[in-house]
Amino acid sequence: MALLEIENLVVEFQTATGPFRAVDGVSLKVDEGEVLAIVGESGSGKSVSMLAAMGLLPWTATVTADKLTFNGRDLLKMSSADRRKIIGKDIAMIFQEPIASLNPCFTVGFQIEEVLRIHMGLDRAARRKRAIELFEAVGIPDPTERLSHFPHQMSGGQCQRVMIAIALACNPKLLIADEPTTALDVTIQKQILDLLMKLQQEYRMGLIMITHNMGVVAETADRVIVQYKGRKIEEADVLSLFESPKSNYTRALLAALPENATGDRLPTISELFKDQQMLEGAAR
Amino acid sequence: MTHVLEARNLVRDYHIPGNLFRKARTVHALKGVSFTVDEGKTLAIVGESGCGKSTLGRIITLIDPATAGELLIDGRKVDIAREGLTPEMRRKVQIVFQNPYGSLNPRQKIGDILAEPLVINTKIPASERRDRAMTMLKKVGLEEKHYNRYPHMFSGGQRQRIAIARALMLNPKLLVLDEPVSALDLSVQAQVLNLLADLQDEFKLTYVFISHDLSVVRYIADDVMVMYYGEAVEYGSRDEVFSNPQHSYTKTLFAATPRADVASIKARLARKNAA
Amino acid sequence: MTEVTATSPISTDPSRRARLAEFWFYFSENRGAVIGLFFFLFLVVLAICAPLVAPHDPTIQFRESVLLPPFWQEGGRVGFLLGTDAVGRDMLSRLIYGTRFSLFVGVIVTTLSLTGGILVGVIAGYFRGWVDTVIMRIMDIILAFPSLLLALVLVAVLGPGLTNAMIAIALVFQPHFVRLTRAAVMTEKTRDYVVAAKVAGAGHLRLMFKTILPNCMAPLIVQATLSFSNAILDAAALGFLGMGAQPPTPEWGTMLAEAREFILRAWWVVTLPGLAILATVLAINLMGDGLRDALDPKLKRS
Repeated sequence: MALLEIENLVVEFQTATGPFRAVDGVSLKVDEGEVLAIVGESGSGKSVSMLAAMGLLPWTATVTADKLTFNGRDLLKMSSADRRKIIGKDIAMIFQEPIASLNPCFTVGFQIEEVLRIHMGLDRAARRKRAIELFEAVGIPDPTERLSHFPHQMSGGQCQRVMIAIALACNPKLLIADEPTTALDVTIQKQILDLLMKLQQEYRMGLIMITHNMGVVAETADRVIVQYKGRKIEEADVLSLFESPKSNYTRALLAALPENATGDRLPTISELFKDQQMLEGAAR
Repeated sequence: MTHVLEARNLVRDYHIPGNLFRKARTVHALKGVSFTVDEGKTLAIVGESGCGKSTLGRIITLIDPATAGELLIDGRKVDIAREGLTPEMRRKVQIVFQNPYGSLNPRQKIGDILAEPLVINTKIPASERRDRAMTMLKKVGLEEKHYNRYPHMFSGGQRQRIAIARALMLNPKLLVLDEPVSALDLSVQAQVLNLLADLQDEFKLTYVFISHDLSVVRYIADDVMVMYYGEAVEYGSRDEVFSNPQHSYTKTLFAATPRADVASIKARLARKNAA
Repeated sequence: MTEVTATSPISTDPSRRARLAEFWFYFSENRGAVIGLFFFLFLVVLAICAPLVAPHDPTIQFRESVLLPPFWQEGGRVGFLLGTDAVGRDMLSRLIYGTRFSLFVGVIVTTLSLTGGILVGVIAGYFRGWVDTVIMRIMDIILAFPSLLLALVLVAVLGPGLTNAMIAIALVFQPHFVRLTRAAVMTEKTRDYVVAAKVAGAGHLRLMFKTILPNCMAPLIVQATLSFSNAILDAAALGFLGMGAQPPTPEWGTMLAEAREFILRAWWVVTLPGLAILATVLAINLMGDGLRDALDPKLKRS
């Protein structure tokens, strides 16, 4: 059975220039222990669709879907209090800016223990012990010492590790990673991706990897969804996507990678490619 | 032949004054970097955050002075700390920044942004300034109708084109590109890289391309310099550096770069299934 | 990220009208601000057309009808809609002419403190170092005094009168603008477009006033509206204390002061000028709130 199932998700924002459709009929499924990558450029609605599924969008957004279930439970019909119990516990999320995602006023130890207190109801000593365990699991050296540090005393990579530890605190069934390595250096990116993959295997989590980086997709995903302007263009397993992309858009995207350049010039997604052509061969 | 840009042992120290709780200390952002760039060539400076590549970029662009060492542009020694800067030297080096959303004045129209360098540095009449700005606008792939618009009406890629056009208004010899494509989408990145290549051919421009993205560097650079904690740990032609990296940091950097080719995906999936 | 592309379609009308329309969209979300704006416009019209609208000359004393109540009360006359004061001057006309003085005070004080504050603030924020330290310490000293007290002392030194009161109030308001400008300049100064202008060869003056300053205006405009109303309030207070406009000027604060002894016998001579001050200040403050909403970059998406 699918862990998270979304059918025909539509998200609209009210703006000064009238309603704007950020996500237009996206459907997706993630199974237990599966890594799904959602790839797209800015404005493709890749982050918005996940935020919508978690109910984290501001009031200006209208979210509709034919189906939105997590682990067999209907998220649409749930009260927001029930929803909050699931989010943060069974579904966890990590974001692009690790330093900004942590509250600068509290130590990282306090922040991770807060999650453990609210969702797991552990007592003080057990919280402490679990926090140290988690820090060890995400590879933070000297965890006991580090618990009393503030976010600004740590590097971006370390903060992202803390975020991952917090996300893992309640043994989530699904982890949503929204551009988790975009703000990080390449060598740190490598470490974080390796860590995420290792933990995903260990905990048998579902993992949704939102990214714009084809390299990250290639290194992590089992299955890939390509989005463009709020629509799903293509869905395929990772190997066939890179070997034989079905849609023009995916083909153009792969061709634009500098490492795939053959001649002097990079092929670009030119103006000739009108949206209609982009959508050709879309798996809708 | 003289080099367009030559750096001899550039050093930059930041002095952090002490207070009640902390001793004064000096941070060495650059520890003696030397290189040369010839006309029409591209030197890529690669490194991760905090390696001193942006500091170096600001020194080359004559924004900040170096603490020690010599900087020669077009064979002439420049020392802005002691002698100041002549308008003539100012015109030779221009810069394009990483963030296209912060590098254009939000209260200026595109036309004024492009004409501003001419207003400041030359006595060209307004009508000719307009013509030149218009020509440059078209050269970077924008249209005449964009002349009277404000920056917030443009996408990131278009803004970066405008920033490039502004940098070229004074006909510089040397263009410092500080991560010019890392804030852009993949497809837009390709367009801007192509544009940069075209402009280099047309104006015989010399580029110093600062980046952390090895795949972009491999595509655009002639020479590559890898920096690590203020030092140039590797410096050579592109093929040398990429095919036979000497320093261990360069090797780590290459190994960490995610690969998007079919072979490495297959290898990964095989590893995963075996596990 | 998604919203950025949403609201910046390249094909939108680039003219000033489109920007105004966008401004109005955000401004009109705040109903109080719109009401405030219309009331303020009403006051401006009233001030300009005072001689046409007012039924009587504000300084003529009708000796036979002293302290008449408003027309709806027993003993009131339709000729004096809002009654008369202790020497028989028509209240309505005095209130209408009072609008002129209040708005005049607001405009002059705001302009003075805004220009002065911007000038000093830009210099402090741009050059930093000892210049900044000296300027900010002086501003701190001014801020350390209770504002009305300082204004009173200044007026006492300069001599009572509306002009001197305005100068004093402008001086007291100065530090707020200086601080605000300095903070805005300091954040803008590190932005890339400023460095880019520097690389293009721009000098200090150009960088300060052409490149940086226009981008610092939003918080200053909001502060200007708020100090507009504060200026009216302080001028009224000085007038009440006998240090502002001198009788027989129909300034609201001065009117209050003159009416002080009749507060128990004739409610209208104190209540009406008081209400006028209240309504004006409230309207302008509401308008300032709306401006803040419309100009705050955090609420906008471009």
